[in-house]
Amino acid sequence: MELIKIEKMTKHYPIGGGKFTALRDIDLEFKKGEFTGIVGPSGSGKTTLLNIIGSLDTQSEGDVEVMGNSIRKLSSTKAAKLRSQHIGFIFQTYNLLPVYTVFENVEFPLILLGMPAEKRKKAVLDALEWVGLSDKVKSRPAQLSGGECQRVAIARAIVKKPDLVLADEPTANLDAENSHHILKTMEKINKELGTTFIFSTHDAKVIKYLKRKISLLDGKVDKDEIVNGG
Amino acid sequence: MFRFLAIGLIRDRTRSFFPILIIASGVMLTVLFFSWINGYATMLIADNARFETGHMKIVTRAYNELIDQRPYDLGLMNVNEKIEVLTSEYPLMHWQPRIYFGGLLDLPDEKGETLSQGEVIGFGVDLFSDSYERDLLNLKEAISNGHLPSKQGEILISQEVAEKLGIKVGDKVTIIGSTMYGSMAMHNFTVSGMVLFGVQAMDRGAAIVDISDVRSFLDMEDSASEILGFLPKYDEDTTFDISAAFNEAYSNEDDEFSEIMLPLRTQGQMEFLLTALDERMGMFIFIFIFVMSLVLWNSGLMNGIRRYGEIGIRLAIGESKGHIYRSLILESFLIGIAATIIGTAIGLVFSYFLQYNGIDVSSMLKDSKVIMSATMRAQVTPASYFIGFFPGVIASVTGAVISGIGIYRRNTAQLFKELET
Repeated sequence: MELIKIEKMTKHYPIGGGKFTALRDIDLEFKKGEFTGIVGPSGSGKTTLLNIIGSLDTQSEGDVEVMGNSIRKLSSTKAAKLRSQHIGFIFQTYNLLPVYTVFENVEFPLILLGMPAEKRKKAVLDALEWVGLSDKVKSRPAQLSGGECQRVAIARAIVKKPDLVLADEPTANLDAENSHHILKTMEKINKELGTTFIFSTHDAKVIKYLKRKISLLDGKVDKDEIVNGG
Repeated sequence: MFRFLAIGLIRDRTRSFFPILIIASGVMLTVLFFSWINGYATMLIADNARFETGHMKIVTRAYNELIDQRPYDLGLMNVNEKIEVLTSEYPLMHWQPRIYFGGLLDLPDEKGETLSQGEVIGFGVDLFSDSYERDLLNLKEAISNGHLPSKQGEILISQEVAEKLGIKVGDKVTIIGSTMYGSMAMHNFTVSGMVLFGVQAMDRGAAIVDISDVRSFLDMEDSASEILGFLPKYDEDTTFDISAAFNEAYSNEDDEFSEIMLPLRTQGQMEFLLTALDERMGMFIFIFIFVMSLVLWNSGLMNGIRRYGEIGIRLAIGESKGHIYRSLILESFLIGIAATIIGTAIGLVFSYFLQYNGIDVSSMLKDSKVIMSATMRAQVTPASYFIGFFPGVIASVTGAVISGIGIYRRNTAQLFKELET
């Protein structure tokens, strides 16, 4: 069964009097448990595609369904609910909330879900154990290395056990060792929890972990291939 | 969520420090201004009540028509009987007859010829039956030289008049005036002392004599210019209720010598002054809320720009725009409460200081006709403790409500894009 179904999707942005087409005629399907990368040069539309899948943006034409929800028909509140319950985000720049501790950053999505405090505590500690940061619960983001920050971001994305994690250039700011560690962690989560991962990346280190690689070029799908024995 | 927001406010000083500083300053000024106005109004009421208006006063309708001239020839008759009736009808109140008169004070030399002369405003008050008037006029503390009259025929004059006319304690003076029936009257008094009230309108030329001496001098047996009524504690509504009931029972529009009772607020300039004070207070609070809201709106906008990253990530995690907007308002509410507590505490410290150490404004009251103490003080009342909460919290929340609209104006993708840049 498809987790995400995209049909004849196009995305325009108004520029001056005209419009810029970021994505055109995209037809894609993603199944549960995939570990997929969207690759392509800067400006090829990777982030736009992730934003639309993540209901942060809407397409201009065509249909996009995420877990049975038509993205264009979702109200802002329902889109927020979809993200809150089913989607986790990981960003290139980590985007942790600087005034909160590691524990509080990871706890935040669960507060939005209204989970009781005791359950929250257990879930947060479990997630931090997954990413190997059990000893950093009281640290603030400023006290962590880049790799540790990204692992906190992963813990925050997976703490609610989402169906889908969207990762936008997750290793772009990391060195090889940290990138490897992060990707291993995500691979483990994908295998053991069955969480679907979709990356946007042009990092060769990421590409060798992917099971499916979708290449975008000038806003169009250039190649869609199974890789690394996926 | 509440705990989450509170932690953010405590740890992120730039989120809370500036708004708290602004609101606390405004609240502090509001509390101080409120206590100051309160002190001024209370002092205005108390001073006017004891020297001029009572909490209520009874006069004839004809006297009321010319009340600025204090025409004692249109005064009240059968005063003792009236006071007995009033005392039985309003047992908790105190009623004091007074005669106000104008006269010429003459200081003769040893040969009986005029040494100096000056105008005085005479107060015929009951100095001997009990201590009520002495206490009301605070005569014991007001004596600057000499002593209180101990027998009939003694007079107290203001320190200023005594200095101007060269009068000393023990001097014999003559007051020249006219009787209730218009004929010339003269009466000799012995100066027992000088008074200094600290109220410019009184200190300029008051002469205080026992009412029985004045009755004899002005041929006003069992009469009085006015009967002043005093409640155990001033309450404006009660003064209006009692006055309305009294006028219903005793006042007759067709009889100019029937009595009319006037509550304090309706006398002289009191209505104007007290209304002006109420309006000033209301205006101050409105201006404060308006200006603070503008400042906090701007501060909220700046803060919102600074927190774009946080707002973007919260949207991505799944918080709705409405929830973020409400959380910003809740934050501003918490800031408003905290700042109000701080501002109120500081405002109360200053207010208490000004309550116990007033400010001398005598130089500003030199030509004032308003009866007002030369030392202005603040007065802290229970309302001083919570008056700041209205402007403090309203300004803070209003600022957040306006600045937070920006969240709705930008679409999610735009906020998100700004988060990424």
